[in-house]
Amino acid sequence: MSVPLSWYLILAAALFSIGLFGVLSRKNAIAILLGVELMLNAVNINLVAFWRYLDPSQMGGQVFAVIVFAVAAAEVAVGLALIISVYRRRKTVVADEIDLMKW
Amino acid sequence: MEKYIIWLLPIPPLISFFAIILFTNKRKAVSHGIAIGAAGLSWLGSMFIFIRALGVKEFGRQIFGSSINWLPTGSTWLKVGVQIDPLSAVVIFFVAWTVLAIFIYSVGYHNFGQPKGDHDVAGLPPHGATISEHGQTHSVPSIEPMYSRFFAFISLFAFGMYTLVVSDNLLTLFVGWEIMGLCSYLLIGFWFGKPSARNAAVKAFMTTRIGDVFMLLGIAFVYSFTGSLSFSEIFKPAMLTALSSTPAFFGLSAAGIIGLFLFIGTVGKSAQWPLHVWLPDAMEGPTPVSAMIHAATMVSAGVYMIIRMFPLISAGWTEGMPLNTTMSAIAFIGAFTALFAASIALAQNDIKRVLAYSTISQLGFMVAALGIGAYVAAAFHLVTHAFFKALLFLGSGSVIHGMEHGVLHTGEHTDAQDMFNMGGLRKKMPITFWTFLIGGLALSGFPVLTAGFWSKDEIFAEAFGKGHIVVFITLAVAAFLTAFYTMRQITLTFLGEPRTKAAEHASETTWTMTVPLIVLAIFAIGFGWVGIPAQFPFLGGHIANWFHEFVGGTLTELPQEVGFSWVPLITSLVVALGGLFCGWLVYRKIKSPQEDFLQIPVLKNKWYFDEIYDYVFIKPATWIAEKFTSLYMDQTVIDGVLHSVARFSLFLGVSFRTYIDKRVINEFMGDGTGNVVKTSGSGLRKIQAGRIQYYMVASITVLVIFALLFYFLVL
Repeated sequence: MSVPLSWYLILAAALFSIGLFGVLSRKNAIAILLGVELMLNAVNINLVAFWRYLDPSQMGGQVFAVIVFAVAAAEVAVGLALIISVYRRRKTVVADEIDLMKW
Repeated sequence: MEKYIIWLLPIPPLISFFAIILFTNKRKAVSHGIAIGAAGLSWLGSMFIFIRALGVKEFGRQIFGSSINWLPTGSTWLKVGVQIDPLSAVVIFFVAWTVLAIFIYSVGYHNFGQPKGDHDVAGLPPHGATISEHGQTHSVPSIEPMYSRFFAFISLFAFGMYTLVVSDNLLTLFVGWEIMGLCSYLLIGFWFGKPSARNAAVKAFMTTRIGDVFMLLGIAFVYSFTGSLSFSEIFKPAMLTALSSTPAFFGLSAAGIIGLFLFIGTVGKSAQWPLHVWLPDAMEGPTPVSAMIHAATMVSAGVYMIIRMFPLISAGWTEGMPLNTTMSAIAFIGAFTALFAASIALAQNDIKRVLAYSTISQLGFMVAALGIGAYVAAAFHLVTHAFFKALLFLGSGSVIHGMEHGVLHTGEHTDAQDMFNMGGLRKKMPITFWTFLIGGLALSGFPVLTAGFWSKDEIFAEAFGKGHIVVFITLAVAAFLTAFYTMRQITLTFLGEPRTKAAEHASETTWTMTVPLIVLAIFAIGFGWVGIPAQFPFLGGHIANWFHEFVGGTLTELPQEVGFSWVPLITSLVVALGGLFCGWLVYRKIKSPQEDFLQIPVLKNKWYFDEIYDYVFIKPATWIAEKFTSLYMDQTVIDGVLHSVARFSLFLGVSFRTYIDKRVINEFMGDGTGNVVKTSGSGLRKIQAGRIQYYMVASITVLVIFALLFYFLVL
């Protein structure tokens, strides 16, 4: 019992940064979606860590984490559906090439 | 009873005028029916009044009249009203007769019943129509295109004349006077398609205007002095004494100045020298107009007015005293005009122009008679002259008409008004000849028989009896010339043999023209017998000198009948018979203007008065108008100022436009805003790359920046 809170926070920050980097640098729409998932999970680690270390008697942190899971699942479902739909029409999943609305 | 009828006298012609103008303009027969009916009504009323007036003993003391309050002037009223006194009774008598005669005559003169002309246009005299009968075509006179309009105008004219005669004040008299002036203008210019008629109309209007302005001044003077315009007020003895004893300008009394101003009105209206120039030119109008306006009624109105104002003019003067300045001026102008116009008439070849100058001359007789104080003689000559001069004019119209018939028949191009183209018409046109002869003899003063003799003789007797020898001699010479040119006219027109084909084929005119001639001829003879002086040898005393008693009663003091003397009577006989005989003797041989020794330039050109006026008044007026007013004042000064204002405004406008509107509003405000938006838009649009990662980088960068700022600045 000697793992301090800061370790969890550093892990979460690292994970968030990896996810952010993935979102910003990848061209593939699915990879971007993956990045977003990483960032969401980094947040979840934070939520659970703060709950465990600061006030374990309250259930708020866990509940939030569960809600984020649910939202993330929905988001992935919608995101993948969009990407599949785009792929069917445009034969591509590269974000740069999905430029129908661009000026 | 009488006074109501007097109010109504002028009304029928006025109604006729409006009815014709507004409703019956297209229907010629109805138009002349209305006009003659109206003239007939007024005639009936006038005769009724006249006969009633005859029945009143000492009518001058108890005249018919009534007046109403018209305009409030402070605490008092300006009254207008009507009156018939002995003078206006005899005037309305001849006005009613001549107006009715001339109305009827106009029907025939304007070819009523004839076909429409082939190429007649409104504004020109009818040219004649071609009709085919039994397989032959020939020309006949055609009806006047503006037939109804003519009757409307002469009806309005009759309204003016009746108004003038029945007025009991100077104001309505002046209104009637001006209505007649307008009608004179309209009727002289009736054939406005002819430039000469247009010019004559303008000339007549302008010339009489000079007189009218002075007359209006005189009326204003009367009003400011007496506070009233009614004759009865002005002619009160106390008022006349006040007027004649008040000095005004130029050493004249107020009465003298007023009389002089009013007399200038007469000079214009009755065509006395020096404003006589319009009357001969007025002969451009149709002949009934010449007869009615320029012989019988309107020009007589001028004399009537001055006779009417005689008490004022002669205020302070009594029989036997030397004439006052105004009366001397009147006598001088009258006598001079009488002689001067008679001399011009000698050399005129146009049948109507001779009569025009003769009218001027005869009006001069009346004016001169009034100037020497012969009130009754002036009025007497006014009435007889109206009858015989209307007769002569209508006769000349009949002659012209007959000649035009001949011109149409032969197709010859002859001036139908030139007496040298006539001759021998006595056989072709017997009624016209005999009536014209009667008129001519009356004008010459043919002894005993004709009206002109008695009235002219009375003027001579008065002039001689009152000792105005210069006036007497001048008038005697004028009378000699009158007889001479009258006989010249009759000889050239009617006697001898026809000198042109047109004259050979002239024919007598219709009954509507000849009946008025006969009626007027009866008066031209008979009306003289009402004024035979009591002391006249053989004839005097058998018929009382009714006219003198009657008209003389208008004045407060009945004028004395001048004593009989053989000198004026013999003079009168000699000049009349001598003139007639010389005229016949000279002109029975003369066949063409070249043989006529009286065609000397100075008379032919009317003593160059038209030319003198042209040089003295018209040319300078034109010069001032063209050079000074138009070119200098209007185009240089006024236009210059206006143009400078315009240029300054233009400069201001251009400056505003260039420096404010274009620069500031358009370029800076309008285009500037647009450009800024456009530039910033096209600059910013590059940010809108459409790559989600870029947006993300941007938002994270901003987030980081704000976080750092927050961290360092706040915490």
